[in-house]
Amino acid sequence: MNWLDKIIPPGIRRVTSGARKSVPEGLWTKCQGCEAVLYTADLEANLRVCPQCGHHHRLGARARLDALLDPQGREPIGDEVRPVDPLRFKDSKRYTERLKEAQRATGEHDALVVIAGTVEQIPVVAAAFEFEFLGGSMGSVVGERFVRGVRAAVERRAAFVSIAASGGARMQEGLLSLMQMAKTNAALAQLAEAGLPYLSILTDPTMGGVSASFAFMGDLVVAEPGALIGFAGPRVIEQTVRQTLPDGFQRAEFLLAKGAIDAVVDRRELKQWTARALSLLMARFGTHESIPDAPFATV
Amino acid sequence: MSEMKRVFLEFERPVVELEERIGELRRTQEESAVDLSEEIEKLEKKARKLLEELYRKLDAWQTTQVARHPLRPYTLDYVAALFTDFVELKGDRHVADDPAIVGGLARFRGQPCVVIGHQKGRDTKEKIRRNFGMPRPEGYRKAVRLMKLAEKFRLPLFTFVDTPGAFPGIDAEERNQSEAIGRAIYEMAQLKTPTIVTIIGEGGSGGALAIAVGDHVAMLSHSIYSVISPEGCASILWKSAEKAPEAAEILGITAPRLKELGVIDAVVPEPVGGAHRYPEEMYATLGAHLAQTLSELQALSLEALLARRQERLAAYGRFQVAA
Repeated sequence: MNWLDKIIPPGIRRVTSGARKSVPEGLWTKCQGCEAVLYTADLEANLRVCPQCGHHHRLGARARLDALLDPQGREPIGDEVRPVDPLRFKDSKRYTERLKEAQRATGEHDALVVIAGTVEQIPVVAAAFEFEFLGGSMGSVVGERFVRGVRAAVERRAAFVSIAASGGARMQEGLLSLMQMAKTNAALAQLAEAGLPYLSILTDPTMGGVSASFAFMGDLVVAEPGALIGFAGPRVIEQTVRQTLPDGFQRAEFLLAKGAIDAVVDRRELKQWTARALSLLMARFGTHESIPDAPFATV
Repeated sequence: MSEMKRVFLEFERPVVELEERIGELRRTQEESAVDLSEEIEKLEKKARKLLEELYRKLDAWQTTQVARHPLRPYTLDYVAALFTDFVELKGDRHVADDPAIVGGLARFRGQPCVVIGHQKGRDTKEKIRRNFGMPRPEGYRKAVRLMKLAEKFRLPLFTFVDTPGAFPGIDAEERNQSEAIGRAIYEMAQLKTPTIVTIIGEGGSGGALAIAVGDHVAMLSHSIYSVISPEGCASILWKSAEKAPEAAEILGITAPRLKELGVIDAVVPEPVGGAHRYPEEMYATLGAHLAQTLSELQALSLEALLARRQERLAAYGRFQVAA
């Protein structure tokens, strides 16, 4: 075993065999945290966490699900649900045109990817936001896929995990987008009734209508280091209160200090953390073995 | 009504000019004992007709202005007009009382119930005290406390929605505005009692929805309900809040449009010229609508009511399903 294998948890190496990753723009990437110039392949292999400073760069939905779920027995949920343009929304561009561009750029039909599978053999349904798809905004398709995911979790007696990365509700679907906040939360109430756990993972950024609906309804709510999480965007707040915001405002560590979340978890430890916590909550649905301490990377 | 003459909307100018002319004629008549009643009556008819015409084809931006009219009835006005025995209950039991949301116990046509609503201020001092109807987390937490009270004592819940949005401030974020709104939505979605929502003015995004998940959602005909304020939308799309009228149009925020989209259940007609012109007429119309709705919902068993609410919420959205 070489040194790299020792510091990277076993789940993470599987990523390199994953189907889709965000396309590296070049051979080298400058870290947005410490400005170190990193070999892009290394950064990808490290789940886009800077090996030098631990800065968490944004990661696409598929790569996230790939890192979280066991490789066997994955099943897509709600992929058949596709967007329409209910308001015939048009500003400088038509909404239909923006959808097409986003679809071309990401290879996704909308901003939420839902997959049923397992995490260290624990049954889960996981829903991840694709931030590159119109800012991960929540419209009708995101809401419907989310609900189908929750329903699948109830049917399978699986835990439900959401990984948020979103600017909020999707303006182009008007009030229909706002209603997705109620629709998703109503579904979660049914999950709770079935006694199944909901883990909400907040990543950079989790704002607006996504933050103010299901994001904080988790039995467990965790965030990635440095993630921006809040109801109103920092610019809006600054304009409203005419004050400069304090350093670290609305960052994951700030939320932890304010008591808003359970933990800040390094992306490289997220699978292990998820498996351990869910196995503790789901003991009554079957025997899950204790999840050992991972040889976690130190930041 | 004297104060009203000083507060009018730009698009109402022709009517206001006529009304001023009528006032002048009245004064002349009084002072000079010349009979101008025929002329006055003619002008009054004309003014009324003009007002009717204006309000029949309000565009989305004009509607927004009516919805935000400073003389429009607010929650406590409806509470005073439609309910008796009001017992206001304050505070979230943790941090503070938020005057941007009011609520309490009351009777509706004799029947005990719980009332919750956003509350704007009338004069400058009260506007500031009520933070322009923009609640902080403690406001939503107070609302949830009252919702649970309604559930526990099997009282129907009436909510009145009128907010530009939840307060985007530092303290609000520190106390987790997101969680407060999310929790209120979550609780309302499964609250074990009939919930009846009326959008009376501005339905500003998540800050409105937090108390607007119901078994029946009605909008007054000149109220608005939007995922983002027209100004906010315009500054994102065109980098200029001055494009708000265009944004209001494309966002589809008016009551008839939202009824057509299936996201609200009913449009309650306002008097000609808006609820603020003839508030008594507005109270009578809304009171009748609420009474009718309540009796319909109370005819359902609790089980049926909750199943119906789940179905309603699950049905929100427009999408296609690929083969």
